[in-house]
Amino acid sequence: MARKRSARQQTMQRAVMYPLDWLEERSGLVGGVRYFLFRKVPSDTDWWHTLGSATLTAFLVQLVTGVILAMYYQPDPQHAHASIEHIQHDLTLGWLVRGMHKWGASVFIILMFMHMGRVFLFGAYKYPRELNWIVGVLLLATGLFEGLTGYLLPFDQTAYWASVVAININGTAPFVGPYLASVLRGGSEIGPDVLARFYSLHMLLVPGALIGLILLHLYLVVRLGVSSPPWSREAAGREPDPEPPPVRNGLVQPGPRPAGVRRRPAE
Amino acid sequence: MEDRPGDDRPQLPPPSLWPVGFAVGIVCLLVGLVVSWPAAAVGAGLALVFGFLWAREVATGRAQVEGPPPAEPSPDAPAVPAHVGEAAMPKPEPGERFPRSRFLEGATLGLGGLIGVIVTLPAAGFAILPGFLKQKAHKVDLGPITDFEENKWKVVTFIRDPSQGEISRRTAFVRNNGLLDGVPSFTIISNRCAHVGCPVQPGGPVFQKQEKTTKTRNGAVLITPVLPAAGFICPCHGGSYDQEGNRIAGPPVRGLDRYEFDIVDGRLVLGNLYSVGKVEGSGKTARIKRYELTGPGQHVDGPEAWFYPLQPPH
Repeated sequence: MARKRSARQQTMQRAVMYPLDWLEERSGLVGGVRYFLFRKVPSDTDWWHTLGSATLTAFLVQLVTGVILAMYYQPDPQHAHASIEHIQHDLTLGWLVRGMHKWGASVFIILMFMHMGRVFLFGAYKYPRELNWIVGVLLLATGLFEGLTGYLLPFDQTAYWASVVAININGTAPFVGPYLASVLRGGSEIGPDVLARFYSLHMLLVPGALIGLILLHLYLVVRLGVSSPPWSREAAGREPDPEPPPVRNGLVQPGPRPAGVRRRPAE
Repeated sequence: MEDRPGDDRPQLPPPSLWPVGFAVGIVCLLVGLVVSWPAAAVGAGLALVFGFLWAREVATGRAQVEGPPPAEPSPDAPAVPAHVGEAAMPKPEPGERFPRSRFLEGATLGLGGLIGVIVTLPAAGFAILPGFLKQKAHKVDLGPITDFEENKWKVVTFIRDPSQGEISRRTAFVRNNGLLDGVPSFTIISNRCAHVGCPVQPGGPVFQKQEKTTKTRNGAVLITPVLPAAGFICPCHGGSYDQEGNRIAGPPVRGLDRYEFDIVDGRLVLGNLYSVGKVEGSGKTARIKRYELTGPGQHVDGPEAWFYPLQPPH
């Protein structure tokens, strides 16, 4: 039985809801967010299904730390490495933000591979989710390209020669390879413009493409729903597992309460 | 979210002065932060007081006013507004189209596409074409040929394009082969590995203490004696070359590239790079299978070379 709210609580609720109502009335955003966050998912989802949102979180960390690093980084061959040293050693918490960005890049790539492996092993790429698999593959390639363009930016010996090698590996692709390498280098040799070119790609073009692809990926996830694991009795149309699923907190709708566990009485 | 009555009617602004007072307070606060702390304090106080009153009004719902009900048309009204009453034209059937709408649709799409092309093409050209146009090799003065003793290898580092600075610093292995038909002969090998472009190292001692710096119009040229008894070795992936730059082991697909050279007023001047398939013989009598400069990892001879029929300008 629902508790009766006091007048003060009702006043507080109105004060909280007013701006949300205002926003909803003019944009429909609140309803959209609620639809996105509180949609139904199969009852037999498990921790493997969290790899996608973990990857998204890793990307958001890269986005935020990258924007902050861009405030101090100088994409110029004469000053690039010095600005990295400045961030690392002089600025308050610069070591932390740069470390988050540097190691977070590896985390992002690793999580993408793990998420992709989960989707593959669960067969979640099959009809009707083939397009989402293709978008995911594009996301992986774009994410790797983001890593490639970011690797040059510290502009030390490792960064320089690793980028030389990576560009030349691209150059070995049949027919178009030599031209692809020239486009990446902006000429026949790595020159002073390459750093700014890679910085622009790393900061603007590739993240923009990633954001667009992620939005499309999420749209398809919401539209097509979350797939059940291959062992799902529910998806196979059989009786649900007699073992009651564990009670979950958060955004996932909780399952039935295990036998013997009593609901706390209303106060 | 609760459905409130009257949501289908335009919402009227609440008849309240509290937001105005709140805005005045904020302005006072911001101006005060620049000019005077007391003014900022007064502004903050105003903003707090009026903000509280505004919030209380909103929370208690006193600002919710019903809009006026829609006016009923009076039978005595002299004229009927255009949007009231029966439509003069019948509503078009669903999916019905008219020539004018088709024309407008096509014109909008066509013009939009044209504008997109006009904006995109120059930008894409600006991003891509400079990498292919005005690519030219720079001649590099390495100093007098007397700095290069006969049949001795030297590691030479130089700046290829002074306008680009240190980033264009390159390394070559130079050996003076002596005279051939009265003309000086040099073997000048690029240190870029033919696998994926790592810097190849000499397979033998480098005499750093005998390093010599020569001032040229390209900037400082560093000349270091070296004894590459085992040829040249790439530290990245283990590619090995003999002293003529022929691949002898590892993943490289061809020999090391070489530089053209000229002798100008007794000075050694580097020219363009070119790729090498194989070198037969050695020193001044070597026979070189020469090809257009090709990127690392790309074949210059054999069937694999068919995959790289065209090279961008170098």
